Amino acid sequence: MDGGRNQSATGEEHAVQPIQLLAPDGTLTEDETYTPYVEALDESTLRDLYRSMVVERRVDAEATSLQRQGQLALWVQALGQEGAQAGTVTALRETDMIFPTYREHVMALHRGITPQQLLTQFRATAHSGWRPQDHRFNTYGIVLASQMLHATGWAMGAQRDAAAGDEAAREELVLACFGDGASSQGDVHESMVFASSYELPVLFFVQNNQWAISVPATTQSRGPLADRAAGYGFEGVRVDGNDVLASYAVAARMAEQVRGGGPKLIESVTYRMGAHTTADDPTKYRTADEVEEWGAKDPVARYSLWLRGRGLIDDAFVDAVEAEAKDLAADLRRSIHELTPVTLEENFDTVYAEPHRQIEVEKAWLRDYEAGFAEDSAAGGKGDA
Amino acid sequence: MAEAGSEIREMVLAKAINAALRDALAEDPTTLLIGEDIGPLGGVFRVTEGLQAEFGETRVVDSPLAESGIVGTSIGMAMRGYRPVAEIQFDGFVFPGFNQITTQLAKIHNRTEGAVSVPVTIRLPYGGSIGSIEHHSESPEALFAHTAGLRILAPSNPQDAYWMTRAAIASQDPVIVMEPKRRYWLKGPVDTAAPPQDVHSAQVIREGSDATIATYGPLVPVALAAAEAAAEDGRSLEVVDVRSISPLDDETIARSAAKTGRLVVAHEAPTFGGFGAEIAARVAERAHHRLLAPVLRVGGFHMPYPPSHEEGRYLPDIDRMLEAVERSVAHSSRASSPV
Repeated sequence: MDGGRNQSATGEEHAVQPIQLLAPDGTLTEDETYTPYVEALDESTLRDLYRSMVVERRVDAEATSLQRQGQLALWVQALGQEGAQAGTVTALRETDMIFPTYREHVMALHRGITPQQLLTQFRATAHSGWRPQDHRFNTYGIVLASQMLHATGWAMGAQRDAAAGDEAAREELVLACFGDGASSQGDVHESMVFASSYELPVLFFVQNNQWAISVPATTQSRGPLADRAAGYGFEGVRVDGNDVLASYAVAARMAEQVRGGGPKLIESVTYRMGAHTTADDPTKYRTADEVEEWGAKDPVARYSLWLRGRGLIDDAFVDAVEAEAKDLAADLRRSIHELTPVTLEENFDTVYAEPHRQIEVEKAWLRDYEAGFAEDSAAGGKGDA
Repeated sequence: MAEAGSEIREMVLAKAINAALRDALAEDPTTLLIGEDIGPLGGVFRVTEGLQAEFGETRVVDSPLAESGIVGTSIGMAMRGYRPVAEIQFDGFVFPGFNQITTQLAKIHNRTEGAVSVPVTIRLPYGGSIGSIEHHSESPEALFAHTAGLRILAPSNPQDAYWMTRAAIASQDPVIVMEPKRRYWLKGPVDTAAPPQDVHSAQVIREGSDATIATYGPLVPVALAAAEAAAEDGRSLEVVDVRSISPLDDETIARSAAKTGRLVVAHEAPTFGGFGAEIAARVAERAHHRLLAPVLRVGGFHMPYPPSHEEGRYLPDIDRMLEAVERSVAHSSRASSPV
């Protein structure tokens, strides 16, 4: 088969065009359904959308260079997907639980997770840098699609809380994030079956960034991923993920209907401008032309044009955001060294919530074993010669 | 409903689990059951019979036919504060849920440095001797025992079935309860008011002096019958019910082996890479100088579970256990003479 490789991986020729409000040249189109959501945004929120994209992009770049300098075991760039994430997370309420993949950096920062916390697991000093309950933002899901069922189960809990009289739970929504690669996983299917059957308040959010490491989206699906929703009996919508305003408007509209109702699916059509991770070399599987083509659709550039055209931001504001991002990056460079690794002892202590005989025995053994070395060195370093 | 005061009732093992589930549902509104066919049907083994009628569809949930979904959504509910009890219909169908159990359920508490607990109970009817078709008779306990973060209980009688189910649901950790499905109809006394000794300890259930048989779950009655048969031949066997696979009370087993000098470990699962090897290694470490013979294992063969027409030859029975005991005894008399 010679289909997918080195073509625009978007694939489907007859697919419904993704909803777009803001064109790459910065002009805004009217849409009967979605424009009202944008018009309802106040100026401060409009500026925050810009700010959150720019700041994350800088953190992302800093993390990439930290990985190159050997300070991180791995980094997963979100470059190019800032609009999809910023628009969507802004459409949610603080009380809505988010189940992310491992690339939702804009959403993470939006939920108050610090850059240092964000980089913790990538420095491999701990498996996660934050407590999910503190940010209504789960730990990053690394086994693809496993988080989809947790999101669905969380929604089952919300549904039960609501039935028990919890008014806040009645208004809750759960955001279940996945990617075009994970869309092939069975757990995505099962989560959609459960969510549909029980009419759960789950907003499924797939960022179709066109590439699952080296495999094009056409290998995961020959039709638009949004169309899959119909097979489960709920609505699916395609949106231009590089259009932050459309991303916001679509998510806002879908969220309204998901609250107290059943699930919906958003397919956010975007592009992974960087490598899959810092361990990847995208020049081996995709063309420079393709990357250039998508680069021209950059979410930050077009939004910046529009904001300036509307007089919502000026040089002073842009400079201030740049300065903030730069400071954050500088702070990250410093503070990354302050991360204290989880010790093996602490790791023993969290395998179980309650005492476990084998854990206690092995932990004691390790303590005695290493104490033996300490005694040896105290006695003048005698040991195995 | 929870019983007031000490009340000992005779019931079959399946009914004991049913009673445990009913009492847990009645006591704690966050407890709920989820699984395939557990509602109006009451489960294919009728273990959940009557519970949906009593507690409603939101607490006794008939799930879509998807094991990963059952385990994965149970995790999500547990993260939110519920205590889901997931039924996997048969041992051989746990594997579609294996990823969620091993990469998620077992690791979330550790991943979050203790910030998130996932008190999920998985009920897993397991083992053979029911004359069924492929995938309905397996014993996958070693696969789970190898996964840190899981607790694994293996009741062999109604009293333990009741209390281990209650303990599993009450635990903040994920617990797999291996239900010995061929013993669902085994009758015994259940005291719903008096918890037995720690569910994670092994128990000497028959005292003896010549050799020890350690086993769990469905083979416990077989070991007791073997000891009875041996007694008629003048051989005194001690029987240890291992009860808990993770954690493992190796101390009690080693103490018994040290006392009798000989140990035979039995389980239905294949011996190769099986949990009996873990017991054997630990007892060898703890009681080497007191052992008169190497620890021997009796179990299934290194093959997929056979068509059940042949399961009678595949599964350990009284004779296979006694043959191992005799080998153990013979070995020690050879070992005591110069080679």
